[in-house]
Amino acid sequence: TSARLMSQEETISVTFIRADGKKISAKGKEGDSLLDVVVNKEVDLDGFGACEGTLTCSTCHVILSKEVYASLARPTDEELDMLDLAFDLTDTSRLGCQITLTKELDGLEVNVPASVNGARQ
Amino acid sequence: PLRFLSTSSARQGPQVCVVGAGPAGFYVTQHLVKTLPDANVDIYEKLPVPFGLVRFGVAPDHPEVKNVINTFTKTAQNPRVRFVGNVSLGKDLSLQELQRLYHAVILTYGAEHDKSLGIPGEDLENILSARRFVGWYNGQPGDENLNPDLSTDTVAVLGQGNVALDVARVLLAPIDYLKSTDITAHALEALSKSQVKRVMLIGRRGPVQAAFTIKELREMLKMEGCKSVFQQDDFKGVQEFLPSVARPRKRLTELLAQAALDPKAEWLEAWKTAERSFEPIFYRSPAAFLPSSSKAGTVGAIKLAVTELHGEMSETQGVKNTGAFEDVKCGLVLRSIGYKGLPADPDIPFDSKSGVVINSKGKVKGLPGVYCGGWLGTGPVGVIVNTMGNAFELGRLIEGDIKDGTINATTARPGYMEAAKILDNKGVQTVSFKDWEKIDQEEQNRGKAIDKPREKIISVSEMLKVAAN
Ligand SMILES: Cc1cc2nc3c(=O)[nH]c(=O)nc-3n(C[C@H](O)[C@H](O)[C@H](O)COP(=O)(O)OP(=O)(O)OC[C@H]3O[C@@H](n4cnc5c(N)ncnc54)[C@H](O)[C@@H]3O)c2cc1C
Ligand code: FES
Repeated sequence: TSARLMSQEETISVTFIRADGKKISAKGKEGDSLLDVVVNKEVDLDGFGACEGTLTCSTCHVILSKEVYASLARPTDEELDMLDLAFDLTDTSRLGCQITLTKELDGLEVNVPASVNGARQ
Repeated sequence: PLRFLSTSSARQGPQVCVVGAGPAGFYVTQHLVKTLPDANVDIYEKLPVPFGLVRFGVAPDHPEVKNVINTFTKTAQNPRVRFVGNVSLGKDLSLQELQRLYHAVILTYGAEHDKSLGIPGEDLENILSARRFVGWYNGQPGDENLNPDLSTDTVAVLGQGNVALDVARVLLAPIDYLKSTDITAHALEALSKSQVKRVMLIGRRGPVQAAFTIKELREMLKMEGCKSVFQQDDFKGVQEFLPSVARPRKRLTELLAQAALDPKAEWLEAWKTAERSFEPIFYRSPAAFLPSSSKAGTVGAIKLAVTELHGEMSETQGVKNTGAFEDVKCGLVLRSIGYKGLPADPDIPFDSKSGVVINSKGKVKGLPGVYCGGWLGTGPVGVIVNTMGNAFELGRLIEGDIKDGTINATTARPGYMEAAKILDNKGVQTVSFKDWEKIDQEEQNRGKAIDKPREKIISVSEMLKVAAN
C-alpha cells in the first residue's frame, strides 16, 4: 500500500551535535531508532551503540531538548537503569537505541555527550 | 617463510604495538587506525583467543554485553591491524624488544590477580577467588580444575560489586536458565548438582555504599525461584537520606530500600514459593575463617566484625569496627574484594600497592613512547563503557604525540617483521585473527550440537591445534 511505501522512505531528518561542536545530519525512516540511523548512515560517533541496541551499554546516550523529551513516552525502568551509567547524565537524557523516529520528530537535534564521541580531554 | 614475504614490503608510517587484546587494546587500536592513516597496529595477546574479560569475565547469561566483539572484529580485520595471539609480554617478547621494534608501545594487559584479605584461616579449603570462580564457569584456561565444592547449602560472597552479583546470580539461577548460555560444560554439570540454597553478599558498609549497579540488582529481585532477603534495620536513615542524593545513587538506593522495606506485590508473590535466597548483608567485615567441624580443613564459618559508619551519611562514608563479632556458617567462600595488575616485565614501573603501572594520564613514567590504559592503568574499576572512554582518551593522547613529533615516527621501525623472527626463533606458535576465526567456528559448532551458542575450548594446546588446522 502507499502508506507502507511512504514509511519505507527516509524522510525524517536528524542532526547529531557532537561535543566538539560538529553537527552531523542524517535521514532515517519512520520506525528506525536513532541508533539505526547512526549505523545505517555511518554517522561518525566513536563507540556509539556498543551493545547494538540491547539496553546493556549506555554508549548511545543522547541529550534532548526539554520539549522533545516531554513529547516522548516515558523511558522504561530498564532504560533508566542503563542511563544511570552514562557520563554527563542530564534530566533530558535518553538512550538513542530506545528512541523511535516518527514524523513528528523530523528535524530533531540531539546532543551526543563528550565521552562517547571523542571530545573529552 | 611465507609470513616474511607477506610483510616484507617495508613498513612505512608509525609502528605501534598493543599488549593485551581486551576492550582497552581494541578501542585504542580503533582510534589510532582511524586517525593515523599510515599507522600499523600489532596487538599481542597472551592467549590464543582475543577479547579479554569480554570473553572470560562477562557473565554467560549476559550475551548482549558481548556484542562489542562485533566492533572489535571489524577493527581486527582492518588491513593495518594485526592480531598476534599466544604471545606473552615478559615471556615471549620483552618490553625492551618492543621498544626497539615500535615507535609506541601500549600496555593494556589488564588486572587479573585478586587481592586477598590476609586474615586467619584464609588458606582453608573452599575459600576461592570470585574471579577464578568466574574463570571456571567462563572457560579461562587454568581455572577449569578449580572444583568448587557446591555440596554446601550456604555460600558467602565477600564484596558487593557487580562481580559479586554475577557469581551470586550464577549460583542461584535455575539450571534451565543457564543451559542455553555459553557457560562451560563442566560448570553446568557441577551447578546442576549444586546444593546451594543461600548466597550471602557481605559488605563492610551500608546500602548507601553498595557498589553493584541497579540493572544487576533488579535482575536478582526478579530471578525465578529466588527470594531476596534483607535486614530491615540496615536501612535506618536511608529514606531520609534519599532526597539529598542525585542519580545514579538515588535510583539504586530507592530500589534497594523498596526491596527491603516495601517489596512490590509481584516480587512477594514470586518469593513465596522460592527455594533459594539472595541475602545482602551490610555492616559486616570478615575477621577470620573458621574450619568446618564435619569436613576437616574446609571452611565452615566466617567470623564477622560488626561495623558502623561514622560521619554524615554519604556514598563515601568511613567505616569502623564496633568491637562486636558474629559467626555465620557457610561452606563456600568467594572473595571479590578487588583486583590488581602485576608487572608483566621487570622494566615496567609498577605501584605494587595499588596494582597499576605508574603513569600520568596513560604515559608510563620514565619510558617515553610507552603508554598504558584500561584496567592496567586505571585500576580494575568500572564497566566496558568506562574502559572505552579511557582507551579513546589514551588514543587521542598518542595520536597527538605522534602528530606533534613527541614521538619521532619518521625513522622506520621494523615492527612485526622483526618480532616474527624473534618469535619464530623461540618456537612460539602465533595465532592470527584468521586462526582465531577457526577456533570461533569450532566452538560454535560444538555448541550447536548441544543447543548452546558456543562450547568454549578451554585448553590452550587444543586451541592451538584447531588454529593450526
Ligand atoms: C568478572 C567480570 C565481569 C564483568 N562483567 C562486565 C559486564 O557485564 N559489563 C561490563 O560492561 N563490564 C564488565 N566487566 C568489566 C570489563 O570486563 C572491563 O571493564 C574490561 O574488560 C577492562 O578491559 P581491559 O582491556 O583493561 O582488560 P582485560 O579485558 O582484562 O584485557 C586484558 C588482556 O590482556 C591479556 N594479557 C594479560 N597478560 C598479558 C601479557 N603478559 N602479554 C600479553 N597479553 C596479556 C589478557 O589475556 C587479556 O586478554 C567485568 C569484569 C569482570 C572481572
Ligand atoms: S546501544 Fe547499548 S544501550 Fe543503546
